[in-house]
Amino acid sequence: MAGLPAPLEALITAFERLPGIGPKTASRLAFFILRQPDEVAQQLAEALLAVKSQTANCPVCFNIMLAGQERCQICADPRRDESQLCVVEDPLDVLVIERTGGFLGRYHVLQGVLNPIEGIGPEQLRIRPLIERVQEGRVREVIIATNPSMEGDATALYLRQQLAPLGVRITRLARGLPMGGDLEYADQNTLLRALAGRQEL
Amino acid sequence: MPAPPRTLSTEAVVLRHSDWGEADRVLVLFTREQGKVRALAKGARKMLSRKAGHLEPFTHVKVLLALGKDFWIVTQAETLNAFLSIRSDLLRTAYAALVIELLDRFTSDDGENPALFQLLVNTLSRIASLEDPFIAVQYYHLRLLDLTGFRPQLFNCLRCGKEIQPENQFFDFQEGGVICPRCAPQVPTARSVSLNTLKYLRHLQRSPFETAQRADPAPSERNEMETLLEGYFTYLLERRLNTPHFLNEIRREIASRR
Repeated sequence: MAGLPAPLEALITAFERLPGIGPKTASRLAFFILRQPDEVAQQLAEALLAVKSQTANCPVCFNIMLAGQERCQICADPRRDESQLCVVEDPLDVLVIERTGGFLGRYHVLQGVLNPIEGIGPEQLRIRPLIERVQEGRVREVIIATNPSMEGDATALYLRQQLAPLGVRITRLARGLPMGGDLEYADQNTLLRALAGRQEL
Repeated sequence: MPAPPRTLSTEAVVLRHSDWGEADRVLVLFTREQGKVRALAKGARKMLSRKAGHLEPFTHVKVLLALGKDFWIVTQAETLNAFLSIRSDLLRTAYAALVIELLDRFTSDDGENPALFQLLVNTLSRIASLEDPFIAVQYYHLRLLDLTGFRPQLFNCLRCGKEIQPENQFFDFQEGGVICPRCAPQVPTARSVSLNTLKYLRHLQRSPFETAQRADPAPSERNEMETLLEGYFTYLLERRLNTPHFLNEIRREIASRR
């Protein structure tokens, strides 16, 4: 059987490595690119290279930023409140919190979450730099914004243990009933917390 | 041959989950009726999911599953016990993670084992409720070995067959049990085990939990018991476990703050 030309095969193989893409989708994408004008392939190739070479982790908060900068936009912004520090699992979480426009403090990205079953322990996360940041003394409140999951809970508990001796206020995002939700389908855990955290009308 | 049923209503414990597609999750469940199965929880990562809160790891749930093309699909889920006290305590979380990891590694898909299911549920509720879950976890280790066919011989020497005398002994992973000091020179891989630790292991192996839980080993014996069993697990599974390291790290943290 006659095979495809090597460059096309190589592109298909490369697409197949992406999450959620199987051999069929990979071939379809590769042939799509082949049929497009040259600029499309050019732009894609440049974007792919740039995403690795022109981004870096912010040395302060570990969010992603443009390479070559000293720190990320948020860390460099003097209007952001230094006394409030929001701890999140990954950079996408920073993005969604920023979109709400309701938080004016700074962030710390852990780049992961404790996962006892998979063996991801505290030393694999950016916890040490967080402690050091808090030790500098300008942070007054640490807001833990890990996901409300077993792994997020474990991470929050661990952070509380580590941060408690430093005398800062430690809070965690509230857990309760989502907008448009249905009481009937709420789980024990959520409902108990919603009840405990009920608010005066 | 009758077609296999298309739906399954069962009690299960959620062992672990991983993200799948845009907003779904693949769960590994240990069910009472069918042992370990993989099930897809559609939309479980959406904020408004009616299922997600019931399908966190370590949760004891009642689920309705429908047979899909590749997986079972979770159609309904209701928590029986969320073991909230496990989730609000890091040490208990670490113990539960160890219990779950061992169960996951010692079982293969679709192997029905109702006794093992019951042991798992009992162990999780002991970890959730006991002041110190250590003995409950060691008890689980020995029962798990029984129920998966790896029960270690702790009463007679595996070489000469003689009953074990009250003296320090040896344990060999390959032989799967004790070797008396007389035979030990012939088994170079055997490691020593103190008489007291061996007594505790025997006590846990042959007693129901109500009796077994009264055991109160000294710290050095606890350590020896745990190291021996962990070594045996690693030998049987031919791989290192993830959770003991996590457990030890948490313990070190707790000790350093005392």
